[in-house]
Amino acid sequence: MRSRFFASLLPLSPPAMINASLKQLSTQLAQKKISSVELTQFHLDRIARLNPGLNAFVTVDAARSLAQARAADARIAAGKAQPLSGIPVAHKDIFCAKGWLTTCGSKMLANFVSPYDAHVVERLNAAGAVILGKTNMDEFAMGSSSETCFWGPVRNPWDRTRVPGGSSGGSATAVAARMAPAAIGTDTGGSIRQPAALSGICGLKPTYGVVSRYGMIAFASSLDQGGPMAKSAEDLALMLNVMAGFDARDSTSLERPAEDYARVLEAPPTGDRAKPLRGLRIGAPKEYFGAGLGSDVGAAVEAALAQFEKLGAQRVAVSLPNAALSVPAYYVIAPAEASSNLSRFDGVRYGYRAPDYTDLADMYRKSRAQGFGAEVKRRILIGTYVLSHGYYDAYYLKAQKIRRLIAQDFVQAYKQCDLIMGPTSPNVAFALGAKASDPVEMYLNDIYTVAANLAGLPAMSIPCGFGEGGMPVGLQLAGNYFTEARMLQAAHRYQLATDWHLRQPAGVE
Amino acid sequence: MSLSLPEVKRVALLARIEITDGEAEVVQGQLNDIFKLIEQMQSVDTEGITPMAHAQDVVQRLREDRVTETDQHALYQSIAPQVENGLYLVPKVIE
Amino acid sequence: MDWETVIGIETHAQLSTVSKIFSGAATRFGAAPNVQACAVDIALPGVLPVLNRAAVEKAVRLGLAVGADINRRSVFARKNYFYPDLPKGYQISQYELPVVRGGSLSIAVDGAEKTVRLTRAHLEEDAGKSLHEDFHGMSGIDLNRAGTPLLEIVTEPDMRSAEEAVAYAKALHALLRWIGICDGNMQEGSFRCDANVSVRPKGSAVLGTRCEIKNLNSFRFLEEAINYEVRRQIELLEDGGTVVQETRLYDPDRRETRSMRSKEDAHDYRYFPDPDLLPLVISAETIEQIRSELPELPQAKCARYMSEFGLSAYDAGVLTSSREVAEFYENLIRALGGGYKLASSWISVELFGALKRAGMEISQSPISSGQLADLLQRIQKNAINGKQAKEVFDAMWDGEGDAEAIIVARGLTQISDAGELEQVIDSMLAANSKSVEEYKGGKEKAFNALVGQAMKATKGKGNPALINEILKKKLAG
Repeated sequence: MRSRFFASLLPLSPPAMINASLKQLSTQLAQKKISSVELTQFHLDRIARLNPGLNAFVTVDAARSLAQARAADARIAAGKAQPLSGIPVAHKDIFCAKGWLTTCGSKMLANFVSPYDAHVVERLNAAGAVILGKTNMDEFAMGSSSETCFWGPVRNPWDRTRVPGGSSGGSATAVAARMAPAAIGTDTGGSIRQPAALSGICGLKPTYGVVSRYGMIAFASSLDQGGPMAKSAEDLALMLNVMAGFDARDSTSLERPAEDYARVLEAPPTGDRAKPLRGLRIGAPKEYFGAGLGSDVGAAVEAALAQFEKLGAQRVAVSLPNAALSVPAYYVIAPAEASSNLSRFDGVRYGYRAPDYTDLADMYRKSRAQGFGAEVKRRILIGTYVLSHGYYDAYYLKAQKIRRLIAQDFVQAYKQCDLIMGPTSPNVAFALGAKASDPVEMYLNDIYTVAANLAGLPAMSIPCGFGEGGMPVGLQLAGNYFTEARMLQAAHRYQLATDWHLRQPAGVE
Repeated sequence: MSLSLPEVKRVALLARIEITDGEAEVVQGQLNDIFKLIEQMQSVDTEGITPMAHAQDVVQRLREDRVTETDQHALYQSIAPQVENGLYLVPKVIE
Repeated sequence: MDWETVIGIETHAQLSTVSKIFSGAATRFGAAPNVQACAVDIALPGVLPVLNRAAVEKAVRLGLAVGADINRRSVFARKNYFYPDLPKGYQISQYELPVVRGGSLSIAVDGAEKTVRLTRAHLEEDAGKSLHEDFHGMSGIDLNRAGTPLLEIVTEPDMRSAEEAVAYAKALHALLRWIGICDGNMQEGSFRCDANVSVRPKGSAVLGTRCEIKNLNSFRFLEEAINYEVRRQIELLEDGGTVVQETRLYDPDRRETRSMRSKEDAHDYRYFPDPDLLPLVISAETIEQIRSELPELPQAKCARYMSEFGLSAYDAGVLTSSREVAEFYENLIRALGGGYKLASSWISVELFGALKRAGMEISQSPISSGQLADLLQRIQKNAINGKQAKEVFDAMWDGEGDAEAIIVARGLTQISDAGELEQVIDSMLAANSKSVEEYKGGKEKAFNALVGQAMKATKGKGNPALINEILKKKLAG
């Protein structure tokens, strides 16, 4: 009832509101056509209505969100608006937010109220954004379907019998179902890009080191990166502008001059209006178009590449000869680092402690056996094994060497092209439970995405059509180190000429 | 390569995760499937290749030696499972 | 069977930085539980380590002081194991590539000099503490110490006796304090030694199985523990048994080592480079900068005191036992413009005696080197004699004022006027005719008695050398 009352006051009708860009929302707020309180309440109402059927949000705290919204409104009124003032953003439940329950999708942290803010959360708060809620995810970010969440699986708004992808499935669904104008997620092996692809939205993983990992609960330290998820490349650029930047508390955070990632969105490289992407060379690696790729996905991606050519880009053939090794290497490195990162979850200082135990050793073993889900335990065991005495060289070291080969492949490829493009995922969203019993089959979902994490390269996914069952297909763009702006520009140009990114699932009006 | 059941249990012990015999058997099968995936790494020769630990060739930044943290133990311990007199309590540690 | 003892020592020295190695929490000892354990130290989800510059500089200083190689590139590794005082479930340490490689330290045992080679030294973080005083059957964990920077210094198995081991530990302890990287407070756990002990038949080139005795925090316990362990191993072997490689603790009350409750998974620490940290690269310029700031090291200083100032090895050793003492001595002789031996004996006898009685360190001495110089100059000029100087010293110590004031107040000026002394001696001789007779009759000791009487007659102010001279003349003539 309340939402309808507000709806009648809104200058933008709800359908327009839920598809407004961040820039449009910002303008509405600045012009006081809408307040942040109204905007935030609007989205909270949508969450109340839609989330029960989608399970995208783990925690919503209207009082906290509205308090932030009121503060944002005050700043706007005082003429001190910041880039994201008043914009509600959903946070993947992997980012520590002070005073918020931060569960990482796990029973292990089901009671963990974070005593501090992650760096990214501090940046968003400082930019005036409102924390809309904490989104559901695969437990400890280990998964490609958002089915391993302690809080139950997330559902794809395009088809609620299907998964939204993972591990940032809650954030993807929140944006896809228009419960949030934007969200933040993390990507270790594709966990931003793949759910973006399967849910029909846009998601970006920056160059490793561009976004601080301080406060982002660690899965695989050398692969994890936080990034934005939203409805358009332009929105991603605005979000990245706020998220990116040096943080002295993260030793792997890079000190670089500040960048405006939106600076070349509208700039045609050659000044040619008809062919705004003339001069852009797009590499489509043959390894990404071979066996294993669904024909429906392949068709949509080919159509997208053709569209880029229409915009003036030149398609070149490139090869990433070691592509097939990226999944095996990833499934050594990621579990190895994770097995060590998750050792701190022992029931001593925070988190789950088993209710019954006989002694200290028993307390550890039971707390961890009960607190962690099956997939997390599997990965910890693999990681522990590959690091253990006698196996380190054959597995961990070998994987790090393959990692170098993969990175070198990209270096070579980028001598011939500016952006690498291909499918984000070999298939569209699959049914809930379809791959849950076969870990390896689930891992193969990551086949096109993990290489960018291994090499530390920036990559993003944008919608480019539909496949089997009317499910969204995602196109992956990958750039050379620090070329996010160029990547976003190409995506933006594509989005000016097409409307895949404007499609919304039925039932979320 | 393939994990034996005793090895599965040894690894579970190293990782401090309690595992019943039944669970160990199920996990053994799953882990061995995953190892088949990982074994594909052996198909390429990596002789002479330097392992890559980080994407960028950067070196560790150093922090000035200054006290920058204040006492927040009350806040941190408000979420602890068991605390007394400022100490975290655990089952007795035997040296 | 003649047995040879083989000992290697691993020392964990807490580096005297003000903040922790990977976080900005304070390292000061003695704070209330967990008030100095910040988010990084308690391993909250999502926190990350950042390396303390001063910890690196102190490690390099040690490396240079022992003539080691500084690895221009070193790597931090995770040592994974579970223990409640180890919040992350791993310790950040260095494994394959430590910051310091090689080096050596000379020690002296019973006058014999020996070189102990170092294998390496690396940076790592300290763990917290478990308190076992009962909390109704539980242990209490204090993480204040977690994250304190440690330098782990490892020797080759070069020592052959508990004495050599203690000499090494003392020399290392003194050196670390000398170069200002560790306060060496063993009660507070700043300097902890583990001894690796084995025995073998004399002449054998093969090393015996060793046992590690952990966490010896006094030189006495180090010596006792090693001696016990050597006896234990020899008895075991002579009885036909074998030594089991294990970790042992020393029980100072029962004066024996015993096996630690074995940790089931032994030591699969699953070392791998810490992905949250980048390789530590130290430039040649930085190394040279640190080298240029190194003080003259104790052994070089000791040798210089012997050659330049003519001091004995023993005396030079006492004066170079700590940087504070050496600085005091050098300030003293600079003010005296020499007086090397005079200054040396006054420091090692009078000053040290007073400090010991008061339980003070030289830095707390109420008498400064300048004030002592003033006093000693008066001896050099014969204004007062040694006995008077001691009296003045004690008065200065008690805060009665400076030397001048005390001498004047107590009328302690030495009588060096020959005429005055002759008069006093004449009177004294007249009153001591018996001793004179005895002396003239051949009893040498009677001379000393006469000297004593002369000093008494001058109320202790007589110039002893002059009294001697005058007395001899008068008795001869």
